[in-house]
Amino acid sequence: MADHNKEVDQITGVETTGHEWDGLKELNNPLPKWWLYIFYGCIVWAIGYWVLMPSWPLVSDYTKGVLGSSQRAEATAEFQAAQAERAKMGEKLMQASLQEIEDTPELLEFAMAQGKIAFGDNCAPCHGTSATGALGYPNLQDDAWIWGGSLDDINYTISYGIRSGNDDERYAEMSAFGRDEILSKEEIVNVSSYVAKIAGIDPDPKADLDAGAVLFEENCAACHGEDAKGLRDAGGPDLTAPNYLYKRSLEGIEAQVTSPKHGVMPAWIDRLGETTVKSLAVYVHSLGGGE
Amino acid sequence: MSAWKKHEIFEKNSLILIIGIVIAISIGGLVEIVPLYYLKSTIEKTEGVRPYTPLELAGRNIYVREGCYTCHSQMIRPLRDELERYGNYSLAAESMYDRPFQWGSKRTGPDLARVGGKYSDQWHKDHLVNPRSVSPTSVMPGYPFLVKNELTTRDMKDHLELNVLYGVPYTEEQIANAKADAVAQAMPDSDAAEGFEERYPGVALRDFDGNPDKVTEMDALIAYLQMLGTLVDFKLYDEKANLR
Repeated sequence: MADHNKEVDQITGVETTGHEWDGLKELNNPLPKWWLYIFYGCIVWAIGYWVLMPSWPLVSDYTKGVLGSSQRAEATAEFQAAQAERAKMGEKLMQASLQEIEDTPELLEFAMAQGKIAFGDNCAPCHGTSATGALGYPNLQDDAWIWGGSLDDINYTISYGIRSGNDDERYAEMSAFGRDEILSKEEIVNVSSYVAKIAGIDPDPKADLDAGAVLFEENCAACHGEDAKGLRDAGGPDLTAPNYLYKRSLEGIEAQVTSPKHGVMPAWIDRLGETTVKSLAVYVHSLGGGE
Repeated sequence: MSAWKKHEIFEKNSLILIIGIVIAISIGGLVEIVPLYYLKSTIEKTEGVRPYTPLELAGRNIYVREGCYTCHSQMIRPLRDELERYGNYSLAAESMYDRPFQWGSKRTGPDLARVGGKYSDQWHKDHLVNPRSVSPTSVMPGYPFLVKNELTTRDMKDHLELNVLYGVPYTEEQIANAKADAVAQAMPDSDAAEGFEERYPGVALRDFDGNPDKVTEMDALIAYLQMLGTLVDFKLYDEKANLR
């Protein structure tokens, strides 16, 4: 490759590099002009980028760039703008009564659209994509509401949750009548059979239903109501409802009386914000069970 | 002698070429990585970020063991649609006690950086045992053995000590009680629970897997999942001071 050893290839007329491998010689073609200019352009671009954007680390800080660009600020601004846009409709939504929302297609459409999206991401994992629930997770389409099915009730439950740990949570805890030995085994069979009879399930033929009725009156009526149709203020579910949260069988009732299960509904107000929660309330209310 | 001529030294000696390559690449590393260690702005000023409790740390080890990170990220990027779905973008401060971090690089499942508190413990248990039971279209494998496996706690102390080596500020008391604390956090009625509350004030203390008789791997994993992304109170977080 020495300069004094210039050699021109006979066929192409291009200078060679002087390198030779087994008789093959390398042509010394110049870099394509278009490629070279793009390369120089990139260098110029990089220098401009250093000046405009955050780039170089310094001793105790870094260069912030003339534009003061921040990905975090941009994302937050976009997010807040979208939120503000939705808040306009969200406010109208909550000022309107249920009837007004149903009568105003604009409001209803907005609430349903926002509610549906939020439901899919946040509620469907437990309540199911069509809100039909599962064992231990309430069905939101039926008429059995443990804590109430009005727009306000639903809104409150979504906001603060049930046994969620939030300061304003809905809270109820059923006594473990079997585990804590409040009732004997026989008494549990009696009271469970009494409940089963009311619910339309075959009771245990050996059970004393009259004794069960007395036990129900003494132990259960305070939360479930004297007619077993549930007390919403106390969070006691309707025991005559066609859908149960847990197993709807004599066995299931006995299990729940012995050692009750308690579900948890998270509080969503901090995570989703007021507007989204309200849209969710409207959406859930519209699913079929709303009161 | 032209500069081209000098380059011949690299071209004709592979060892010198290797040294040259190492030096050239090191410059990139030095400029891009080293400043992150000394710049104060790398980790945001936040309140509330604390080291993992022993039970959470054990859960995190299970998370790593089962390869959760291959399908779940823990990194909410500063993009509008991610903020809409997952909440505030992830802060460096939120993973400053992660050794190694679990940011992940692929989302077959959703991001988990703020999954804490989003679902109930029972849901997590149902979902981990059989994801299809609560999410019919899920492709996640089930982990039913977590319910049965008793949590290994005999090496809890070592795990905390290892983290101390990396600069995680566990106190001597926390290290000494690591094994007992791992059990206590899932046994709220035990005698050890009181000591746990003193060492880790304000931390969730409950039976996570609904089995009060023993502390299982399910307890540990749910304890970990339920605290993810919950440490920083974003109502108090000064976003303007920490723009990047």
